[in-house]
Amino acid sequence: MSESIIQIQHLSKTFGDGTEAVHALEDINLDIRQGEIFGIIGLSGAGKSTLVRCMNLLERPTAGTVTVDGQNMTALSERELRAARRKITMIFQGFNLLMQRTCLKNVCFPMEIGSVPAAQAQKRAKELLELVGLGDKAQAYPAQLSGGQKQRVAIARALATEPKVLLCDEATSALDPTTTISILNLLKDLNRQLGVTVVVITHQMSVIEEICSRVAILDGGSVVEMGDVQEIFSNPTTDAARRLVYPGGVVPAQFPASTRVIRISFNGGTAYDPLIASLAIDCGVKVNILGADTRNVGGKAIGTMLLGLPEDSNEAAKALNYIQAQKNITVEEVPDYHE
Amino acid sequence: MSEALINLFESWGIAKVPEQIAYLSDFGTLAFNVWETVYAPALATLFAYMIGLPLGIILVIGETGGVRPMPKALMSVLNTIVNLLRSVPFLILMVMVVPLSRLILGTSVGTAATVVPLTVAAAPYVARLVEISLREMDRGVIEAAQAMGCSPWQIVTKVMLPECRPSLINGATNAAITILGYGAMAGAIGGGGLGAVALMRGHGRNQIIVMYVAVIILVILVQIIQSIGTAWSVKSDRRINPTETKRRT
Repeated sequence: MSESIIQIQHLSKTFGDGTEAVHALEDINLDIRQGEIFGIIGLSGAGKSTLVRCMNLLERPTAGTVTVDGQNMTALSERELRAARRKITMIFQGFNLLMQRTCLKNVCFPMEIGSVPAAQAQKRAKELLELVGLGDKAQAYPAQLSGGQKQRVAIARALATEPKVLLCDEATSALDPTTTISILNLLKDLNRQLGVTVVVITHQMSVIEEICSRVAILDGGSVVEMGDVQEIFSNPTTDAARRLVYPGGVVPAQFPASTRVIRISFNGGTAYDPLIASLAIDCGVKVNILGADTRNVGGKAIGTMLLGLPEDSNEAAKALNYIQAQKNITVEEVPDYHE
Repeated sequence: MSEALINLFESWGIAKVPEQIAYLSDFGTLAFNVWETVYAPALATLFAYMIGLPLGIILVIGETGGVRPMPKALMSVLNTIVNLLRSVPFLILMVMVVPLSRLILGTSVGTAATVVPLTVAAAPYVARLVEISLREMDRGVIEAAQAMGCSPWQIVTKVMLPECRPSLINGATNAAITILGYGAMAGAIGGGGLGAVALMRGHGRNQIIVMYVAVIILVILVQIIQSIGTAWSVKSDRRINPTETKRRT
């Protein structure tokens, strides 16, 4: 396996002190590998944003160490830290572009800070804008762009210093589903083309499922689960993970133990195939939709559904076979965790 | 024409009309008074920004959680000084800084001497105006700049000031107009300009036409400053006026 680029050991962050102290993060240990797309997911207030800000030391951890590309970030002076931040850049939910500068000048900005000669910076900025598909917007101002275009400019800007790591703090949360997919595809492409490690912070499970290879689930300031996305999603073992993985916050434990529950993911098949209806008509099997979170993105079905299978084992097997035979749909049985 | 004008004013029962018309017809005197009204506040605005701009920046970046936190004691001293200077009425402040004018300029009378009290009064006002503009700054953009490795100095010069430019221009317009008003008031303690004309000649010698003309010219001056300031602010704001720069790169 490839070597690690970000190592976080025993990291804690406490805001305030005494009785008013808020423990935002407690004893976090993470190991993010070079070149992967790593997801950090959690609900609001779980500490995601604090954690990502501890990676580039925008927040100074109360305890523990953060090592980025072999450099102990917590031990650096302010000046050294500013230099180190060129290697671990960030994009934001609110884009945070300079509104009084053209797109080109926005992308030039980090290079200007780093004293890259202006001509060289502009050349690179133009290439980066081409790379994110906005070559024609170089002289436009951010106010003239859509949300998705703004985020593309922000991505180009973040890549200007040739970073090793790109931190994405809820980068798609302000965008509509179609734009979200296009930004995620861009991040995937950049990861593949440039080899940049991407850390994605989000509260949207669909984002993790779309691009991440590994994921850490954050709850109440601690990492409660970590591993390959497929594993975590098919077998979430903690309550926090289940809340995130199962659509609509469904708690399968509330159904009778005899119900077999399956989770199906729509991975971009056509949104116009009525799966549940065809199941009923073609097999004569009636399934129960326990929860669903599906969206139609550009005519493609994306999302997940939790189905309760009939109690009759023959019928259940028939339904399962039928669904498994569908294209662009993955099925997992939800393991029984009734106590 | 002026004969008819004199008859008209006299028919309204205004005294000393010919004398007033004669005074106002002397273009040189009037122009000189307009010049005095403009140059002292203009200089004072310039000096007030030389003090108030850095002070306003420090008030924003120096606070706890700011871009470059400074000792709490220093911040409270600065805030107190600004508040103290702002709470002294201008007429009283003018009298209080007479020794300072004497020290700097060797005199405490004349239009030039009003630059000193005007600057002292305007600098804390400008500091607050700058502070207000810079506080409008999106925290997220500053955070992004920090994440890119900007030093506090770079954040001020390359992010905060350029991003707040339209708001800073509006503030400067506001400051210039306020200082112009203060300058007119300075006529009361021996400054020159239209304020002095309106006060001494118009009010003091009961030359009511002169008073109104002086006031109308002041109003026009304020209108001009406001129009230029607003137009400049709007033109420079790329959020509402995203004209593409034509410069070849």
